Amino acid sequence: MELWFTEKHTPEVKFSIKVDRQLYSGRSEFQRIDIFDSKEFGRFLTLDGYMMLTEKDEFIYHEMITHVPMAVHPNPKNILVIGAGDGGVIRELTNYNSVENIDLVEIDELVVEVSKKYLPVTACRFDDKRLNIFYEDGVKFIRRCENKYDVIIVDSTDPFGVGEGLFTKEFYGSCYNALHDDGIMVNQHESPFYDEDAIAMQRTHKRITSSFPISKVYQAHIPTYPSGHWLFGFASKKYHPIHDLNPSAWNLLGIKTRYYNTRLHAGAFALPNYVEELLKDVE
Amino acid sequence: MGLSQINAPIYEALRKFRRMRVVPFDVPGHKRGRGNMELTEFLGEDCMSVDVNSMKPLDNLCHPVSVIKDAEYLASEAFGAENVFFMVGGTTSAVQSMIMYACKSGDKIIMPRNVHRSAINALILCDAVPVYVNPEVNKQLGIALGMSVEQVKKAIEENPDAKAILVNNPTYYGICSDLRKITEIAHAHNMLVLVDEAHGTHFYFGENFPVTAMSAGADMASVSMHKSGGSLTQSSFLLMGKRINSDYMRQIINLTQTTSASYLLLSSLDISRKRLALSGREIFAETVEMAEYARSEINSIGGYYAYSKELINGDSIYDFDVSKLSVYTLPIGLAGIEVYDLLRDEYDIQIEFGDIGNILAYISVGDRKRDIERLISAMSEIKRRFGKSGAGMLTQEYITPIVAETPRKAFYSDKMSLPLEKSAGHVCSEFVMCYPPGIPILAPGELITEEIIEYIRYAKDKGCSMTGTEDINIEYLNVII
Repeated sequence: MELWFTEKHTPEVKFSIKVDRQLYSGRSEFQRIDIFDSKEFGRFLTLDGYMMLTEKDEFIYHEMITHVPMAVHPNPKNILVIGAGDGGVIRELTNYNSVENIDLVEIDELVVEVSKKYLPVTACRFDDKRLNIFYEDGVKFIRRCENKYDVIIVDSTDPFGVGEGLFTKEFYGSCYNALHDDGIMVNQHESPFYDEDAIAMQRTHKRITSSFPISKVYQAHIPTYPSGHWLFGFASKKYHPIHDLNPSAWNLLGIKTRYYNTRLHAGAFALPNYVEELLKDVE
Repeated sequence: MGLSQINAPIYEALRKFRRMRVVPFDVPGHKRGRGNMELTEFLGEDCMSVDVNSMKPLDNLCHPVSVIKDAEYLASEAFGAENVFFMVGGTTSAVQSMIMYACKSGDKIIMPRNVHRSAINALILCDAVPVYVNPEVNKQLGIALGMSVEQVKKAIEENPDAKAILVNNPTYYGICSDLRKITEIAHAHNMLVLVDEAHGTHFYFGENFPVTAMSAGADMASVSMHKSGGSLTQSSFLLMGKRINSDYMRQIINLTQTTSASYLLLSSLDISRKRLALSGREIFAETVEMAEYARSEINSIGGYYAYSKELINGDSIYDFDVSKLSVYTLPIGLAGIEVYDLLRDEYDIQIEFGDIGNILAYISVGDRKRDIERLISAMSEIKRRFGKSGAGMLTQEYITPIVAETPRKAFYSDKMSLPLEKSAGHVCSEFVMCYPPGIPILAPGELITEEIIEYIRYAKDKGCSMTGTEDINIEYLNVII
């Protein structure tokens, strides 16, 4: 018997992982949630059939979306995380003793429940005392916040479906408004490689650029996402992602990582020419 | 065959017809799409395969005897009407048919001046004479309200020879008149009651909505099924009460209606009627819930005023349609049309319309909660980024028209073109309006005044999309020589 999970990365390209067994399948008010075990990638989570994370490569995504802004901001105390119901970003954030409060806004409570049960690798710090979980639409939550957070991490799904609102100009504008004067917002920024993804990526960049004075993009290699070449957005009111990085301060924290380091931090902002051109086109 | 609301006779006939795989040697010439592949790829094969002509198994809208007749029967049952006709020329054609039924050349018809252009167009066609009842205006919001019973009574007493009264209920903004009372008075004077119910489809299927034309005893109503009912654009229903001779009405409709009615439109009406009859209550409860939620969130942003039932005054605002999301924008220093433009240009959100002081976001069966959140957030952002002091904003005003000629006479008169600023004192021979909402600022036969010219200029300045004139740029107006 062969059982395969397949996701279409484009209408012409398929990506498949051989499944050992399916552990969970359920439907929330918002989406279909599935958990599989595989030999190559370990356990993995999909939402509406789209790959969210695998045990094998989730560290890349979670370290890169979390440590880049946390290393630039000199004193991040109050953090807002939107999405991230799998707990991966929370796991990384709880490594920082300076952090006093983490608000996690996840629209789908079932994602958190399923993650707690099946994804101990990421959902391991939900009991941290600094964490408050809000089960509501991030677009709605952020609208009510003003001058409140040091760092906002937007760990969204894709710019279609449930996560659509987290790629809009009104949302980025609300994030700007919710940050302190030296606040930083980091977001999942899609991929530059396949045409459809590249268009979504450009649209996202355009919207962020029009909302924040500093808007940069950095990259990481995530094998299970379409093309494997993935981008993150770094938007900020004051701090430059490289010039304001203090490597020794971060290294002194002694946080153990497998992908992120402060040399890679600077390098991640060096983008291929074709990506720079895509970004420049909409700036 | 026993028919009930679970049936959709036109839809069922089309499905059956498709299975028969009949070889077409008739129009349309695209022959189930095969002759126009680009169009077929765009619209889909399923769609093209039912774009067919009238024929025996599918009946004929001009003279229904089988499946269309059955579908009309089911619609009349669903709407509580004596008879219903399927309309494929939009609610415009329904409104015009109502007026052409009620009035012959020279007959008077009482109507509010803030009617849709389709009503005044009908007057050009049939040469009826309008007796305008000036709507009351809410000074703060700058919107025209419903018809006050006293004004209607006065108009009826002054014009006992009028043949009919047309009521616009609800208005675009969701405001309702006292339809029962107006109908009672009109009937006591032997006048027919015609209701432009374009924005009221959901009243027939939801709970706790204002009274419908049919249950208020009105004689005819034009219902835009494609607005809140979910059918395709351009499809509509004409509802008739007991006093109406529906066979004569069909003759009236056939004067101007196409002889090749689209089965896409007809089936969309049929399927939508079925859907609303079976689950309209839940659908509209959800719509209202979303509208109420959006209203309370928008009001909590501050500045904006999303109004509702608190406006009710027992007369010119006899009732309010809470599924409507109308928002007054002037306190944030932006005209409604400016908010409308910003929503589209900055946030990729298209709302129904913006006028001088208000916007209307259309909430319906197809909306999703997350889109409502986007709309609210975008409005909050517009206030933060573009808001200014509300001082110095021109409030929209209803300008009482001075009628110099009947619409028909004015429309067909010899005319000349004058620059807008030199046109004061002349009688206009064409329409000027913002679209949407399509309610004329000037109608054929009305005197042009300085006040009107200033209003047109301000609306143009603010970016309202103006239509109606022969001159596409609205720099010139046609006036009667």
